[in-house]
Amino acid sequence: MEIVLSLGIGVFAASGIWLMLRPRTFQVVLGISLLSYAVNLFIFAMGRLTVGAPPVLGAGADIVSVDDPVPQALVLTALVIGFALTALFLVVLLAARGITGSDHVDGREPHLAEPNPENPHP
Amino acid sequence: MNATVLNAPLVSDWTDHLVVLPIVLPIAVAGAMFLMDERRSRLKGALSLATVLALLGISLILVWRASEAAQIYRLGNWAAPYGIVLVADRLSALMLALGSVLGLCALVFSFARWGRAGPRFHGLFLLLLMGVNGAFLTGDLFNLFVFFEVMLAASYGLVLHGSGETRIRAGLGYIAVNLVASLFFLVGVSLIYGTMGTLNMADLARRLAAPEAGELALFEIGCAILGIAFLIKCSAWPLGFWLPTTYAAASAPAAAILAILSKVGIYVVVRLSLLLFGAGLSEGFGQTWILAAGLATMAYGAIGILAARDLTRAAGYAVMISSGTVLAALGSGNDRALSGALYYLLGSTLAAGALFLLAEILQRGRDPLEAAQAVFADEYRDPFDDADATEIGRAIPAAVALLGSGFLVCTLMLAGVPPLSGFVGKLAIFTGLTTGTTTASAWWLITALTLSSFATLMPMVRLGIKNLWVPSDDPPPVLRLSEFAALAGLLAACVALALWGGPALAYADETVRWLAQPQEYVRAVLGPTREGGGS
Repeated sequence: MEIVLSLGIGVFAASGIWLMLRPRTFQVVLGISLLSYAVNLFIFAMGRLTVGAPPVLGAGADIVSVDDPVPQALVLTALVIGFALTALFLVVLLAARGITGSDHVDGREPHLAEPNPENPHP
Repeated sequence: MNATVLNAPLVSDWTDHLVVLPIVLPIAVAGAMFLMDERRSRLKGALSLATVLALLGISLILVWRASEAAQIYRLGNWAAPYGIVLVADRLSALMLALGSVLGLCALVFSFARWGRAGPRFHGLFLLLLMGVNGAFLTGDLFNLFVFFEVMLAASYGLVLHGSGETRIRAGLGYIAVNLVASLFFLVGVSLIYGTMGTLNMADLARRLAAPEAGELALFEIGCAILGIAFLIKCSAWPLGFWLPTTYAAASAPAAAILAILSKVGIYVVVRLSLLLFGAGLSEGFGQTWILAAGLATMAYGAIGILAARDLTRAAGYAVMISSGTVLAALGSGNDRALSGALYYLLGSTLAAGALFLLAEILQRGRDPLEAAQAVFADEYRDPFDDADATEIGRAIPAAVALLGSGFLVCTLMLAGVPPLSGFVGKLAIFTGLTTGTTTASAWWLITALTLSSFATLMPMVRLGIKNLWVPSDDPPPVLRLSEFAALAGLLAACVALALWGGPALAYADETVRWLAQPQEYVRAVLGPTREGGGS
């Protein structure tokens, strides 16, 4: 299970970083989302991996076979915050696309030179 | 565990609840404000003003009370490592007061016009203050993350306030950088939890002092990753390239209040390095890196401010220089230099905030700089061309005179020139560094501080001449009453800091003495019974 989880985190993080460094804003959003999945899984793994262990102490429960509830609470908080901020980022992205007319992160297409204000028709 | 919970002293006096008010008050008022109609901006302004005034009063009371003993507030009265604690010690209270002063002046400034430039300004403003106050007060790392995110979410809204292409483009980069920084934050926090089993700062310090702390290397990696997140926030080189562009694009009151945001990063770095690495197993961890980052930030800020072509960018680089100064002083490991740096931090933050406000008034309505224009346009012009323009008897409008004196105060503060507190702070750092044996890194720091003063002074003089003295066809700037009040408030705070420099420096000295004894902090938060025990 450790191998599967660490491979999963690695693949998410690697594709997230690659997408984040791409020039289009939508790719950046997807990259940040993937990276945040990797981070959330990582937080989860920091509570140690157990199978079939409840995160609550019940009557007669064995203290050894209890999962750590704190990382799960942390993941939940991080998920909610990350979701809200990604939504906000998407809104800004759409606004930038609408105003600049380009979905490049710089707000303009790199292969189009800036029009020269003194000589618009070279 | 039950015994510990019951042993916690019950909160009896209502004044004990003052510690939680800087968080509860702004979020309650902000929540109420989002329900109100956008057209009732006057009512909203009055409510925000009352809230921020109350925050200022509370933070001053907390400064006074924290100078006697650190105020610990246990939410729900749960004992410290299990429940959530808020800690108002000297450093937290000082930063709270700084944030409140800056917040009050930025809010008053926004009454003139910026408050109506877009929807929900006041609600976002109060949410930002709530996040900042929470980050200063919280006693554990995960709540620090939550408050950071509240503060950043509100700051995204404020950066975009007023809309326009420049703001949206700058905002896009700002949000992307900070989302990534938050991911670093989470990785660091979870590594620390995975190795130490706690996120309470006092509990962490206690476990580090105990000899059985295992997995130290992983813990230090976690702290380093966490440190990257904070260094991005306080715009240390090479993580801070987003700052000047974003702050220059933001509307003036938003930029002024954003000046406190980078200081939240500084606050956390100071608090955690002294608490966790002041003594114990990983003593001095990361100190060299912080010193190097501070020096590099100062150098980058100095080069940037030399090249700055308008005042808002210059103010952004001034924020970087001030962050770099405090980081470098922290990295020097010298307690007296750090207390001087804390004092310098107060003055330089207020002055940078004031400069953002001033810049907006002076550059309002002027054409934004064209990219094609040469940096030193006056170099390419015959100075005698202007000789026929008669200068004799030209009256300086009152607004320009007031703005000019305000600009002078800002320049003196930021460049660290006598007689104002910027100079006193730098002098305190110098004397701290040169008492006893002076190390090579101390000389590096002294050189960097001196050079950054020169580097600030030159462009400030150049920009001052350009904006205040050079005759132009533009109508003289109009200064409204609330704008004047906001500026006067910030500058009066700067001057007061110099006039009462003795008590302020003594307070900073006491703060550093308190920070240098992490075991005192641990005892205050966890109670005397739990001190030194194992996990």
